[in-house]
Amino acid sequence: MKAAEPPVPGLRQPEERPAAGAPGPDAATPSPVGAGTRRKRKAGAFLPYLLIAPAFVAIAAVFVWPLIKTVIMSFQDVGRRELWTGDPAPWVGFEQFTNILGDGEFWDVVWRTLLFMVACVVATMGIGLFLAQAMQRMTNWVRLALTGALVAAWSLPLLVATSIFRWFADSDYGVVNMVLTKYLGLDFRGHNWWLDPKQGFLMIGAVVVWGAIPFVAITLYAALTQVPKELEEAAALDGAGAAGVFRFVTWPVIKPVFQMVTTLSVIWDFNCFGQIFLMRANKPEPEYNLLGLYSYEKAFESNSLSQGAAIGLITVLLLSGVAVYYLRQLLKIGEVE
Amino acid sequence: MSATAPTRPSRNTTYRPDRRKRSRHVYNLVGLVAFVVMAFPVYWLVISALRPNHEIRSYDQTLWPSSITFDNFRRAIDMPNFGTAIQSSLIICVTAVVGAMVMSTIAAFAIGRFRFVGRKAFMIVLLAVQLLPPTALLIPLYLQLNELGGLNEYWGVIVVYLVSTLPFATWMIRGFVINIPKELEESAMVDGCSRMGAFWRVIFPLLAPGLAAASIFALINAWNEYLLAYVVLQDNDKYTLNVWLMNFTTSRGTDYGALMAASTLIAIPVVVFFMIVQKKMAAGLTSGAVKG
Repeated sequence: MKAAEPPVPGLRQPEERPAAGAPGPDAATPSPVGAGTRRKRKAGAFLPYLLIAPAFVAIAAVFVWPLIKTVIMSFQDVGRRELWTGDPAPWVGFEQFTNILGDGEFWDVVWRTLLFMVACVVATMGIGLFLAQAMQRMTNWVRLALTGALVAAWSLPLLVATSIFRWFADSDYGVVNMVLTKYLGLDFRGHNWWLDPKQGFLMIGAVVVWGAIPFVAITLYAALTQVPKELEEAAALDGAGAAGVFRFVTWPVIKPVFQMVTTLSVIWDFNCFGQIFLMRANKPEPEYNLLGLYSYEKAFESNSLSQGAAIGLITVLLLSGVAVYYLRQLLKIGEVE
Repeated sequence: MSATAPTRPSRNTTYRPDRRKRSRHVYNLVGLVAFVVMAFPVYWLVISALRPNHEIRSYDQTLWPSSITFDNFRRAIDMPNFGTAIQSSLIICVTAVVGAMVMSTIAAFAIGRFRFVGRKAFMIVLLAVQLLPPTALLIPLYLQLNELGGLNEYWGVIVVYLVSTLPFATWMIRGFVINIPKELEESAMVDGCSRMGAFWRVIFPLLAPGLAAASIFALINAWNEYLLAYVVLQDNDKYTLNVWLMNFTTSRGTDYGALMAASTLIAIPVVVFFMIVQKKMAAGLTSGAVKG
């Protein structure tokens, strides 16, 4: 059943195939030879639970409990006072939510986040797919050089990459202004990119897309290598143009991978935090707030931890649809077996 | 369509070599442009670290430095708390990675080798928690650490780093576990090994490459994290390298030369490790393990 999914094998380590594809009903018996006595079998039934217990408890404590706590906090009013004195926080019902949802600024932030996410995802996936296709057709040494650059860019820590781009955009000594002024004849000397959020988000989008392209391009390139050459040639011989070959031969093969990568990009870009936070020297102006930053700012700058938690909860709910879609795709391709 | 079909093949075969060559040049050009765009920031990072400071604070940036200097590195290292920051980063990252590896190996072994009720649910939880927005968890974690006295303590950061790398690492090691033929383990047990003995003598050595790869991922993730450390750690001498890096930006501006030098120093171990495991990274990400 899994062998019928051509694109996925190419992305996984080849040696992983036989084991992953092997049906494992016999894996249920803990030990086929030695499981003679009843006591041993009983102990064997508990063993897996014992083994996952530490990881389970840890994940429950650091992921699940905070999530529950977020829900609880959003119906309370936790501020600095409760934080330092340890007094129980008063319950306020839906007040946090009505405050947030009634605030025009919140809706501005939501739309801004959506717009930013869509722009970044479209740019990343478009450029990534184009590069992956180009990589198939370029000379070997060019492809090797490009792969090297992609991996180098991918490996740079977000903090470092953002520092570099912040300097690119510097109004006095930045490369962007220098190039625009000196080589393109525009007057950008001393231009401040951060005064107008539209221009600022251009810079932020640049670092986000630049950082996301390596993963997308390399993954899609791996998927494209799974497309049978003969099929493409046959389609071309039968008179299909480049667009036709892509639409009817290439696309069906890479579609599952493309969807998966797009879904991940949507989640990552929607949660974009670090690039903006660091570009604006840890204190972004309100016009630069996306949902994550807005929640952070409410909690840690405005000292209303409950408001921050409620915004975080809304973010989780907004993204849960995308997350479910992603998990369903993984289930569909038999990844969770 | 059937009318045009006979003429097409012959036209294609005569024109193809030339057309292919030309399109190859176009794609090579695309590749080179992409190479420059992707590599330039990395190049700029390294070259700026080695550039004299007067060239950095100049309106006229040049592509190539007039001379090479290590002044920027000296200024970076002389920044207060460089030594303690390295120490903090190492203590936190190494402890978190070792802990994560122990817990994820046994969990991965369980879900890779046994079938039990709730196994699939556990695997879905592993994937789902990685999709949670980190900023949404930051606030309750901060409160929780505050209640437990974990603020401004290494262990608070260690615990969170350890567990955040757990799902990814478990998922990845599981991929290696299911690749080890069950017969190997069984024959060891037929020959008299206990289950534990079979694990230690047969499975564990075969798992070593997988563990190496997973621990490098965990290390990179922990090494690159800054937000939790920034919020939780408050003393200057407890800052991790990433938080320390924020010191280069003051209200008077940013010392870009020193910042680039320090960034280079921090990035080198990550880049080296990343190169080692990049191939597996691409596979791991798409097969369900999500980058933090």
